[in-house]
Amino acid sequence: MLEIRNLHVSANNKPILKGISLSLKRGEVHSIMGPNGSGKSTLAQVLAGRASYEVTDGEIIYEGQNLLDMAPEDRAREGIFMAFQYPVEIRGVSNMYFLRAALNAIRKHRGDEEVDAMDFLALVRSKMKLLQMDEALINRAVNEGFSGGEKKRNEIFQLAVLEPSLAILDETDSGLDIDALRIVAQGVNALRTPDRAFLVITHYQRLLNHIVPDFVHVLSEGRIVLSGDKSLALELEDKGYAWLEKEPVA
Amino acid sequence: MPTETQQIHELANQEYKYGFYTDVEADAVPPGLNEDIIRLISEKKGEPEFMLEWRLKAYRHWLTLEEPHWSNVTYPPIDYQSIIYYSAPSKQAKTTSLEDVDPDILETYRKLGIPLEEQGLLAGVAVDAVFDSVSVATTFKEKLAELGIIFGSFSEAVRNHPDLVKKYLGSVVPHSDNFFACLNAAVFSDGSFCYVPKGVRCPMELSTYFRINAAKTGQFERTLIIADEGAYVSYLEGCTAPMRDENQLHAAVVELVALDNAEIKYSTIQNWYPGDDEGRGGIYNFVTKRGKCAGVNSKISWTQVETGSAITWKYPSCILQGDNSVGEFYSVALTKKRQQADTGTKMIHIGKNTRSTIVSKGISAGFGQNTYRGLVKILGGAENARNYTQCDSMLIGDKCGAHTFPYIEIKNSTAQMEHEASTSKIGEDQIFYCQQRGLAVEDAISMIVNGFCKEVFKELPMEFAVEAQKLLSVSLEGSVG
Repeated sequence: MLEIRNLHVSANNKPILKGISLSLKRGEVHSIMGPNGSGKSTLAQVLAGRASYEVTDGEIIYEGQNLLDMAPEDRAREGIFMAFQYPVEIRGVSNMYFLRAALNAIRKHRGDEEVDAMDFLALVRSKMKLLQMDEALINRAVNEGFSGGEKKRNEIFQLAVLEPSLAILDETDSGLDIDALRIVAQGVNALRTPDRAFLVITHYQRLLNHIVPDFVHVLSEGRIVLSGDKSLALELEDKGYAWLEKEPVA
Repeated sequence: MPTETQQIHELANQEYKYGFYTDVEADAVPPGLNEDIIRLISEKKGEPEFMLEWRLKAYRHWLTLEEPHWSNVTYPPIDYQSIIYYSAPSKQAKTTSLEDVDPDILETYRKLGIPLEEQGLLAGVAVDAVFDSVSVATTFKEKLAELGIIFGSFSEAVRNHPDLVKKYLGSVVPHSDNFFACLNAAVFSDGSFCYVPKGVRCPMELSTYFRINAAKTGQFERTLIIADEGAYVSYLEGCTAPMRDENQLHAAVVELVALDNAEIKYSTIQNWYPGDDEGRGGIYNFVTKRGKCAGVNSKISWTQVETGSAITWKYPSCILQGDNSVGEFYSVALTKKRQQADTGTKMIHIGKNTRSTIVSKGISAGFGQNTYRGLVKILGGAENARNYTQCDSMLIGDKCGAHTFPYIEIKNSTAQMEHEASTSKIGEDQIFYCQQRGLAVEDAISMIVNGFCKEVFKELPMEFAVEAQKLLSVSLEGSVG
């Protein structure tokens, strides 16, 4: 469903991604690991359509379409969801209102009818259980006054409601204590379906104990230097990232 | 198939959809201002002698005043002798019953979304429609009269209830108050008058819809609302004007009087024509609004949503005279293109245990300049007075400005004051977050701005809160590119 070919990306004329190629199929979970500054989050942002990055070469094909030609909202409506590393606060706009507007924008794009308030409430309640979300949180303004953990949980809750085809998790584990991490991971696991692909970006291996990936890719200095299965993550945990820079890329 | 140019043109026109002009025969006085014009206006309105005297007194005082220039706005000098001070549709009958209204004017209001038929969209809201200088129709008049509520045009009140007018006219905003209020006192043509008798709770929203139609005409309406002991009334005004290249002056006065245990809620949705992208045309909205909480436990609450006008200069204020009286001011002011707004409030605490709340939300986009200017004054006798002020500014783009000038004068050491202020820039991050969830940029902005204004919108009557949200969304179209 997603085909990244030779992707080069710069920010402020500084090259960050230097030729990424990656292929994701439905139902697969891919993990991108790598040290700080390797370009992991840049990859997520470019997939979501952040304007501050410049794609200098390469292409991204998503479900047969040229993704780079699409506006961020169209990518979202076509089923790409990114759980933000730093979720944004929106004052005075309730979580419920925000999420219903988002869901209806997506449904409208698909040609489906908009959900009414009652049906939406029922949907939300069922998904709240999944993430063990407090009802009070749902009625508060989007991320306003949420703790770091609550914000991350809210991202996965939104993922559960919007049901995307491709979910990108950008360091969702950072800032989570072990209990919150488990809840978030359980939520994600419950959302794994044969139709949905995940791209899980993380610095640490511990998330992958809970969300077990089919493939692990290691990103270093803007390139994928190593790909393997879940055992690669364990190896990294053991050796750290430093050895990658010393060994020549096979 | 419409061409792209046509589509752009349509979109541009959509920005201010009330900019049309209705071709009705008008009965106007010649431009310029002198005592003869004032006599002519008074005569046309069939006013009693006391009104003419009051107007002339105001005019003579006005001649001694200079136009104020302390506000944070700039505009070319106004030629007061080129303005037409009175214009009325000539087919208008003396009474304001619906059967007598010119069908063209009814159509105008229908186009504005204010059907004057009583069974219309705004059932449950009584409307007084002011077209240029005169009130053309008032709905639900009889129903209100059954409760003893007087609601209708100012001119009618002058003729039918001269004692009430004499007693309260100028009691809150005197004829000599300030340059524009003084000009208004001399030439005001019409407006709404409302009296709610003792112990009556007005069962419906009262509303006045102001429409400037004629060119080169100034609009000078005057509104007077009196809530007698224990009475309650909620009142709303709306305003629109055609798109024209020249500026037009709107200098209105609103006076509110709340007696013991009475409450007045006054809401404004101001959408005068704001001018074009280069700042040509638009209304100069120089308005004096003041309420007096004359009685104990009385309450006056101002809520305003200001999205129109080239320049807005207004400070709806409360004089908290009665002990335990309460004053409130909730404001959203939006400036875009070349619009300028200098707006805020004055809370004058005189009585004991008086309380006031100020919540001001300023939004600037394009080249808009938005100023909050407010005064909280606690007099010596105002034991235990309290004020809470919150001023928030939001900037959209990098060519606009937001300014805050809070003034505080305290003469009593028991006063408690709180002041909070914030300035935020509508962030790329916020917009991107919304886009990533599937929302279009303009929907995202509208959602973020409406969230920012929520504390004010919740003070508006239900029907109008929805209108206000839509208005804000339309006004902001194309603000971020």
